[in-house]
Amino acid sequence: MTKDEKYSIAKWAMEHAVKNGAQQARVSIYNNNSSQIEVRDEKIDKLQESNRNGMRINLYVDNKYSSISTNRITNREELGKFIEEAIAGTRYLAEDEFRTLPDPERYYKGGGPDLKTVDPNFNSVDPQQKVEDAFDMEKEVLGSDERIISVSTSYRDGLSGSVMMASNGFEGDSENTYYSLNASVSVTDGEARPQGAWYESSIFSDQLVRKDIGKKALKRALDRLGQEKIASGKMPMIVENKMAGRALQPLISALNGYSIQQKQSFLIGMIGEQIGSGLMTVTDDPFIVSGRGSRLFDSEGMATEKRAVVENGILKTYFIDTYYGKKLEMESTTGNTTNLVFKPGEKDLEGLLADIDRGILVTGFNGGNNNGATGDFSYGIEGFLVEKGKLIKPVAEMNITGNFKLLWKDLIAVGNDVDPSRSWRLPSLVFDNVDFSGI
Amino acid sequence: MILDRRNFIKTGGAAVAGTMVLPPLLKSCQNIQISPDVKSYLDHFEVTPEMLQKVIAEAMSKGGNYADLFFEHTISNSLGLEDGKVNSAHSNVDYGVGIRVLKGDQTGFAYTESTNLQDMLKVAKTAANIANDPVTFKQSDLIEKTIPNYYKVSQKWENATIEEKIPFVQKVNDRLYELDDKVTKARVFQRDESSYVMFYSSEGLLTYDYRPMATLGVVCVMEKDGQIENDYSARSMRQGFEFMNDNVVEELAQEAVKKTNFLFGAGKPKAGELPVVLGAGGSGILLHEAMGHPFEADFNRKGESIFSDKMGKKIAKDFINIVEDGTMENNRGAINIDDEGNDVKKVYLVKDGVLESYLHDRISANYYGVDPTGNGRRQSFRHAPLPRMRITYMENGPHTTDDIISSVDYGVYVDNFTNGQVKIGAGDFTFFVKSGTLIENGKLTQPIKDINIIGNGPQALADITMAAGDYKTATGTWTCGKGGQSVPVGMGLPSVLVKKLTVGGTSA
Repeated sequence: MTKDEKYSIAKWAMEHAVKNGAQQARVSIYNNNSSQIEVRDEKIDKLQESNRNGMRINLYVDNKYSSISTNRITNREELGKFIEEAIAGTRYLAEDEFRTLPDPERYYKGGGPDLKTVDPNFNSVDPQQKVEDAFDMEKEVLGSDERIISVSTSYRDGLSGSVMMASNGFEGDSENTYYSLNASVSVTDGEARPQGAWYESSIFSDQLVRKDIGKKALKRALDRLGQEKIASGKMPMIVENKMAGRALQPLISALNGYSIQQKQSFLIGMIGEQIGSGLMTVTDDPFIVSGRGSRLFDSEGMATEKRAVVENGILKTYFIDTYYGKKLEMESTTGNTTNLVFKPGEKDLEGLLADIDRGILVTGFNGGNNNGATGDFSYGIEGFLVEKGKLIKPVAEMNITGNFKLLWKDLIAVGNDVDPSRSWRLPSLVFDNVDFSGI
Repeated sequence: MILDRRNFIKTGGAAVAGTMVLPPLLKSCQNIQISPDVKSYLDHFEVTPEMLQKVIAEAMSKGGNYADLFFEHTISNSLGLEDGKVNSAHSNVDYGVGIRVLKGDQTGFAYTESTNLQDMLKVAKTAANIANDPVTFKQSDLIEKTIPNYYKVSQKWENATIEEKIPFVQKVNDRLYELDDKVTKARVFQRDESSYVMFYSSEGLLTYDYRPMATLGVVCVMEKDGQIENDYSARSMRQGFEFMNDNVVEELAQEAVKKTNFLFGAGKPKAGELPVVLGAGGSGILLHEAMGHPFEADFNRKGESIFSDKMGKKIAKDFINIVEDGTMENNRGAINIDDEGNDVKKVYLVKDGVLESYLHDRISANYYGVDPTGNGRRQSFRHAPLPRMRITYMENGPHTTDDIISSVDYGVYVDNFTNGQVKIGAGDFTFFVKSGTLIENGKLTQPIKDINIIGNGPQALADITMAAGDYKTATGTWTCGKGGQSVPVGMGLPSVLVKKLTVGGTSA
């Protein structure tokens, strides 16, 4: 479906809703086209193609609110009836004065920079090249070590586009592409069969890192052979950059308007307060050229802004959408994060480890959860025992347990190894005094 | 069961509900004998047997040795209550057909969101590309398969109006506030789904299923002396509108208040390896993570599971029997037929402590040369099937709950969980305990909360040293994720003792 076709359907649906009793309506239409090639045993294991279309409509009827979504969007008779029935059904709900579209003043009105989130060559990538990319990762490792029992590799790409229109004057569209390569390798020493994985991703095909993915996956699997748990105790924890999101995510979730208004946040009333150590500075930056989270407007159409989230450990903002802003009687910021950038430190991972007398490098999480209202957490981990800056042995089947209010204050070092291929640009992080449970 | 066309379009402004405006009846099946049941499904998807055969022929046109078509039309409606009022609703309609082609254990898969012949032929051609061999396919005679019904419905969701549903949702909220004045927030949600699926394969098998799902849940927030806690209770069943009744409302409200109250004053156990008593019911998550997933045959076929070379071997005590079943009446994990047209069976994974069967889909059953077990499931028409669990449980054991608890000097009793995970190869599994109780000198003492428990599958299975006779099926909203696909599942367990697992907590 072309962009013009999407606009035309969106406009029709929006007008149909307003004509049939909705005072306000917002319509978005999206499509995702993706392909996936999985390789195993020198054969294509799975070939998948996906072309998905969909529509979502938010309806505001007599101070009442509902939403509908469907992938049957081309038949106007059917769609029109769906909208009419939804409007009729909405009238049975209770009034909710806080449900409205955003203030039009806040809308993105065009003229923003080109964020370069689309590969212009997406449709001309040679399918044979995609297959070869997947096979090349396998070739790197197949037969290179007798402990290998299984190698799976995959190529994926995707193009997604959407248009959005709101009846109080918003119109906008966006488009994104991605490519990713993934390898996972299982090895055995006779008993356990640990798996190691590595992946690379990019917005542009010609910038996708294709080398050493298989080799890195194999190394990560072999490194895990002989893993065991060690004695419980309080130790420093080094979290590898690719896993640092697990430590940050509950905090970001606690900053969400919904969590605050519904009293499911451990950060209620903490703006301007110290929530982390002085090493913690996080910025939400929507305007990074070719950033994976870059966007000019948020999911409600509001123009995005660069925002300090945490500065030297002091909390600066919440993520509040229009609805929860009204309920909380606070100014809405935005309900969405874009590129969350953690201010990097001076040292790489090796440098961080060199300062550790005895601690655990966490390279993977295994289950666990947190209590949003209190900040309590407990997660399974795997990684390596570190002594005097050196990796001593792989550890697994252990838990970390604590509270996020204290954990972030115990942040004692930040790496310089930010991964720019993700929307959350996080370095490796070192926390002191973490409770590990093992034997 | 015959689809009533009028039911499909009858919502009459009384429901926020997905509907389809259907075209005039198609003239299907001029020369093929089919039942009115199947005909109603063919008409529903606007296809004829001749069209199905054309699409299958295209799918097999590059030399594939098997192909299937999976049609789906799913309508779901949900209601939300926040801050005391039922003030949001959502309806979703999803429609399409997935086309899969197999060549040995290789898969080609594509789907279309239209059942127009040209669109189906186009994606059949894409999926066909997994093969590149001489064509041997000959069109099979159509075999209509009638299926059992494990989820009888007395009131179809399509006939229930939003007006009828709202009072139940409201009442959960109101009961919560009546039961305890510490309640400061409640969020109630109700969701119903009606899914119509139809399946046709290159072997000529034509079958169909109607899959309802009903869910009601509440998040309860309480405040006491400046401390805020929250917990959650929910029920989910394959049922119709009869699912919504005063009993389920009362049960949920009581449970949510009780569970949230329990958290005030709860602490953490000593960190480390402890004996763990799993209470009957939701503790089935232990089986799901530690054994269910590693028993899925795709992992074993690839040699990736820690159980890959354990078939026929003794892996647990004699009294341990672990079952995988999709036939449990109205259970969230029940299916009348799996998503590859295979019968759903009750399968013993572990019988008298010996590993007897993996969970198979078509590919793995062929690989191992065994009968399919009816575990080939998919999230939707957008996904190819994988070996998946349905309802996984352990049968009763010879001990009593009292014997089990009194045998523990220092350990934990756990019965309230939120989530779990497993690393298939290493065998390490985890589950998160929302709340439980410390066991000291054989007695339940202090409440505990928010701890993760981690163990190793084969070791934990061997370490189940006691099992009671108090089996319970879990009633919550368990959803299992694998390979990017979510499917509803069920679980159950009698009370058991695992000699030692690593429990999150505080260091001395």
